[in-house]
Amino acid sequence: MIEVRKLVKRFGAKPVLRGLDFTVEEGEFVALVGPNGAGKTTFLRVLSSLARPSLGKVSIAGFQLPSQAAEVRRSLGVVSHLPLLYGDLTAEENLRFYGKMYSVPELRDRIEQVLELVGLSARRSDLVRTFSRGMQQRLAIGRAVLHDPVVLLFDEPYTGLDQEACDMLDKVLREVAGRGRTVVMTSHDLGRVQDLASRFDVLAGGVIAASTTPSGLGSQNLLDFYRQALAPGVGRLI
Amino acid sequence: MKPQSPTLKILTILSSLLFLAALAMVFLYAPLEETMNYVQKVFYFHIATAWVGMLGFMAAAVAGVVYLVRHDRKWDLLEMAAIEISLVFFLITIILGSIWARPVWNTWWTWDPRLTTAAIVELVYLACLLLRQGIDDPERRARFSAVYTLVGSLSVPIAFLSIRLFRTIHPVVIGTNTASNLGAFNMTPPMLATMFFCLFTFSVVFATLLWHRVRLEQLNVAIEERQMEIL
Amino acid sequence: MKKSLTVPAAAALEKQKQPSRVAGFLKAILAVVWKDLAAELRSRELLSAMLVFALLVILIFNFALELDLPTRRSVTSGVLWVTFAFAGTLGLNRSMAIEKDRGCLDGLLLAPVDRSAIYFGKAISNLVFMLIVEAIVLPAYSLLYNTNLINPGLIGVTILGSIGYVAVGTLLASMAVQTRTRDIMLPILLFPVAIPVLLASVKASEGFLQGLAGAEIMPWVNLLIVYDVIFIAVAFMTFDSVVEE
Repeated sequence: MIEVRKLVKRFGAKPVLRGLDFTVEEGEFVALVGPNGAGKTTFLRVLSSLARPSLGKVSIAGFQLPSQAAEVRRSLGVVSHLPLLYGDLTAEENLRFYGKMYSVPELRDRIEQVLELVGLSARRSDLVRTFSRGMQQRLAIGRAVLHDPVVLLFDEPYTGLDQEACDMLDKVLREVAGRGRTVVMTSHDLGRVQDLASRFDVLAGGVIAASTTPSGLGSQNLLDFYRQALAPGVGRLI
Repeated sequence: MKPQSPTLKILTILSSLLFLAALAMVFLYAPLEETMNYVQKVFYFHIATAWVGMLGFMAAAVAGVVYLVRHDRKWDLLEMAAIEISLVFFLITIILGSIWARPVWNTWWTWDPRLTTAAIVELVYLACLLLRQGIDDPERRARFSAVYTLVGSLSVPIAFLSIRLFRTIHPVVIGTNTASNLGAFNMTPPMLATMFFCLFTFSVVFATLLWHRVRLEQLNVAIEERQMEIL
Repeated sequence: MKKSLTVPAAAALEKQKQPSRVAGFLKAILAVVWKDLAAELRSRELLSAMLVFALLVILIFNFALELDLPTRRSVTSGVLWVTFAFAGTLGLNRSMAIEKDRGCLDGLLLAPVDRSAIYFGKAISNLVFMLIVEAIVLPAYSLLYNTNLINPGLIGVTILGSIGYVAVGTLLASMAVQTRTRDIMLPILLFPVAIPVLLASVKASEGFLQGLAGAEIMPWVNLLIVYDVIFIAVAFMTFDSVVEE
């Protein structure tokens, strides 16, 4: 579903991603973990066609980036740590706007379904400005799945959420991912990620430094695995 | 470090020699103008620096467009170098013009199309340099400054035309013999020769400075890259 | 199935695609405009800020210039356009900052539409905001200074001038909000390149207010049209490079 070969992204002379290889099969839920500044956000921005790769090949759902960016965007749903919503519009109006931008057919029914999915049907006519952080994040997920994308990208979706909101978000994430969608998510919250994902990739030094699956972990904790993966680089990180 | 190319060394020496020759021509060869006397000597360098300013302005616009098409950083370096040089030379033009205008027009400054346009160009350049300063990512900095230079290079000629719709008192020295504009004068062949020699000299100076500035910036980029390797 | 398509059928399919792309483009523009207007209708923060600011500028001019009858005749169009320009930058900056603050610009860029559709959408809503402010300032000025500014020529010039100002302003505002110094950057970028449009607007407005002959006003009006066309085209071509990373 996602194919990345020898991806390099530089900001000026500073390389953030250094020849990264990354493959995701259809239906996989991949969690990207890594220290701050490892390039997780940059990587997701490249995948979501918001940033141009400096070198290397990226293909998503069979389309190349950046040459077929419009097709790629159609098959992507993106949630970042910012809500990407308009505070002065209601939940429904936000969805209607994005629905028009994506030319979603039978928009009215689709909005109904999505609001139901993220549990905001009752608050549909309230301004997003009045929503709590957790509700905004749920609506953001609703916005991302509105056009029924095959690939979902989540960038730190838990940032700034309290325990309860995180649990709610978990539920929505499971629901969304359970429909055979391919998901790539970055997060610092290793505990949560461990329950959700079907694969864990550690991004460090601009490449995928290690990768494992829940069965590969065995009795090991994801945190231990993460520490091990970063061990050679620890000196540099401190 | 890459050493200076021999061509650049020769060019640097050539520009210095030409510059001395131009000075000598202005003060020793060109005849004294009857009514304006020594003040008129300013004219040769005034024209020449304005010419360099124009060259820089056009070079920056072209480099910007090429950058937007090719996304190759060297065009961004060229654009910035052209802008900086053009900024300085237009400033010199304005100062020299003021020195000339004070005794001839009896004022340091008038809102004549050419003066005003020169001032606008300076403001566009300053805005562009401020814009560059406000962006950390070199790639974005290059794109934004190329777009802004393009907008500026289209707007400035329109500004010139629109200001020209007002009446002008700036003398049109070349191509007119009617001394209706205050400060206009007939150029004798030695004067013409001096003027063209100055234009040529300053074009060479422009090329030399541009080359040096681009090279300096390339070295800066190289230093940045080395730092990244060490880190 | 695909192979069985005959050449004319394929051509017909291609033809069908063509208008749908244009329709999608227009639909996206409309969606952005609708979104901006709906949000503004609810909060009114942008319009009210622009309006209050515009009236304050006029008030300050009143003290600074002693707007008595003879002065007024010569400076009215200048005062108006300075006011419009200042209020305009305020609105342009805010309208783009809204997009940037909550990551909405990324949201727009993620949509599978041509980026220039986003530019045109934003430019049209900015133009609407500016025209609304002008539609209130003109009668207010007429009332306060007992001069009639409601004149078809002047209104035409106001629209033409605003189009040019907003066309460049929207492009530069989308650059300005992406810089570190975004709050101060827009006027510094915009004013030097907006000089032709402001000058021509002032001159054409003055011509209409003083009832000059058409032949004296037309060069300025033509200049405005040329400026509008050139800068809409430039923005259309370069907006991609302003938003893409």
